[in-house]
Amino acid sequence: MAALVTFERITKRFGDFTAVNGVTLEIHEREFFALLGPSGCGKTTLLRLLAGFETPDEGRVLLDGQDLGGVPPYRRPVNMMFQSYALFPHMTVAGNVAFGLKQDGLPKDAIAARVEEMLALVRLAGFAERKPDQLSGGQRQRVALARSLAKRPKVLLLDEPLAALDRKLREETRFELKALQQKLQTTFVIVTHDQDEAMTVADRIAVMDHGRVAQTGTPEDIYQRPNSRWVAGFVGDVNLIEAQVTAVYPSFVSLEREGLKLRVAASTIVAPGMPAAVALRPEKIRIAHAPPESERENNAAGVVSEIGYLGATSLYQVRLDSGLTLKAAVMNEAARAFHVNDRVWLSWAADAGTVLVE
Amino acid sequence: MEKPHWLTRLSILAPYAWLVAFFLVPFLIILKISLSQTAMAQPPYEPLFDLSAGWEGLKAFFAGLSLDSYAGIFADPLYIWSYRKSLQIAAISTAILLLTGYPVAYAMARAPRRWQGVLVLLVVLPFWTSFLIRVYAWMNILQHDGLLNQALLALHLIDTPVSWLATDHAVYIGIVYSYFPFMVLPLYAALERMDETLLEAAADLGAPPWRAFARVTVPLSRPGIVAGCLLCFIPITGEFVIPDLLGSSSTAMIGQVLWLEFFGNRDWPVASALAVVLLVLLVTPITIYRQREARQLERS
Repeated sequence: MAALVTFERITKRFGDFTAVNGVTLEIHEREFFALLGPSGCGKTTLLRLLAGFETPDEGRVLLDGQDLGGVPPYRRPVNMMFQSYALFPHMTVAGNVAFGLKQDGLPKDAIAARVEEMLALVRLAGFAERKPDQLSGGQRQRVALARSLAKRPKVLLLDEPLAALDRKLREETRFELKALQQKLQTTFVIVTHDQDEAMTVADRIAVMDHGRVAQTGTPEDIYQRPNSRWVAGFVGDVNLIEAQVTAVYPSFVSLEREGLKLRVAASTIVAPGMPAAVALRPEKIRIAHAPPESERENNAAGVVSEIGYLGATSLYQVRLDSGLTLKAAVMNEAARAFHVNDRVWLSWAADAGTVLVE
Repeated sequence: MEKPHWLTRLSILAPYAWLVAFFLVPFLIILKISLSQTAMAQPPYEPLFDLSAGWEGLKAFFAGLSLDSYAGIFADPLYIWSYRKSLQIAAISTAILLLTGYPVAYAMARAPRRWQGVLVLLVVLPFWTSFLIRVYAWMNILQHDGLLNQALLALHLIDTPVSWLATDHAVYIGIVYSYFPFMVLPLYAALERMDETLLEAAADLGAPPWRAFARVTVPLSRPGIVAGCLLCFIPITGEFVIPDLLGSSSTAMIGQVLWLEFFGNRDWPVASALAVVLLVLLVTPITIYRQREARQLERS
């Protein structure tokens, strides 16, 4: 796939603070790309560099192979949906959506037709003459979306587009956004701190931390095969077991930690004696009252110390005999099978975990 | 619905009571004087409102009222000329104030937060000196060997001193200087509230800076523009001190004419009539404007 947007060794500083630190990134055509990270990780700055509101201190931003250096925001074929929506309060909904089209000097009837089409797209037909302050939060969000799509941008930039919505509406809107992107076949770049949001909408995610890209990949890559302790911890719930590599076999790696022996199908290159972490998702751990009959690759006995009820699942904190505490997530059934202080056996497959060195 | 507490009602009444006592009642007195005739008496007009004469006295009082003063004003081209001159000076000064005040207010609103308090303080700083002293200072600056001529000569912009004092230019300089804060502060208040993201949004949608200014900044600062213009235009129209001290005898703004009628000619009825006409002249367009605004607000 061709790269539509390329960030080339981009560095951006604000005074002493380095917001973006040598980032190289490619965004493909017709892709829904997410920049995910905690606040202050540089994801919004990266988006603003693409929109033209910031200029990089080092590196270049390319769009369609063309260097965007020196091109002001009003000449870039990208449009942004702002976190605050930034709707013009003195204009009607139609006036807001038409604003960009008027700047292009389109004929009046073409503008009217496009505005109507856009409002229908976001299900706001009939709201054309309202002012922004006469709309609900969800409606304003859709006006902002319609306005940023009206000019058919090559790339649509979404800066935390759902952050201001309440939880239920936010979850519904994720799927709408995804459907919209597939319908329009436009390249979307979303900035979010919400991993569920990124996982739901994006084809690929760049996880950012302290101005650097920690990992880029599909949501599955990021979740199943995190490349560092930090990514594993940021995306989803995880058990990080710090251990020492004892032996390396062709199909798996043996590790040990205070009497707990671990076997992990490893893709990471390690050598005996190296310290490493095993990242193990709670839902990959099976929990039972008796030792598992068919011997799995990893077994450990312990005592349930705490239970967190989450509705669909329960999260069990189990203190192993070795002293280590692991989290295990189990789907809830009619009656709760395990209680605090129950003696239980945990087991998981060798390919359930990942060995991490970083 | 619960009955409002008597204190609540009183607090609603208080501003109305204030307006009645200090605006409506004085206005009615002026209106009454404007309908009277001059007299060699104390006070220098008649008829006088005298309840002791009973019903007959009241009838005589109303019979004594006339529109003679108004007829006199509209018949005399000097008064009309003075009104026109005042409105013209007020309009031009307000335009200059808007054009000079807007960039200053804009720069203040875009300055770093920690500077803004200081900048506002600097704008209102002249108020700490008496207004009259500041106008006298301008007389000094504008006189033949004053600072302005010295500076212009030193810069070789002029060869011989220009007579500034006692000209319309001096009046404009004095007015623009004196009313500057009244224009800047409401503009600043409107611009300071504006969300800067809106300008980014305008740029993002393809508007170059000047068009974003025209389509977003100016419309959003309109309340400030209206407030600033009214705060300047209305008092400038009735301005007395500045044209009297800096202008020539031919400047004769309506405030000066009014003063002359009161204190020079002791013609209170004509002076009052001049004041009433000025009030109508200023209030009518504002009322029409406010009604149009209210209608627009209702429609949206």
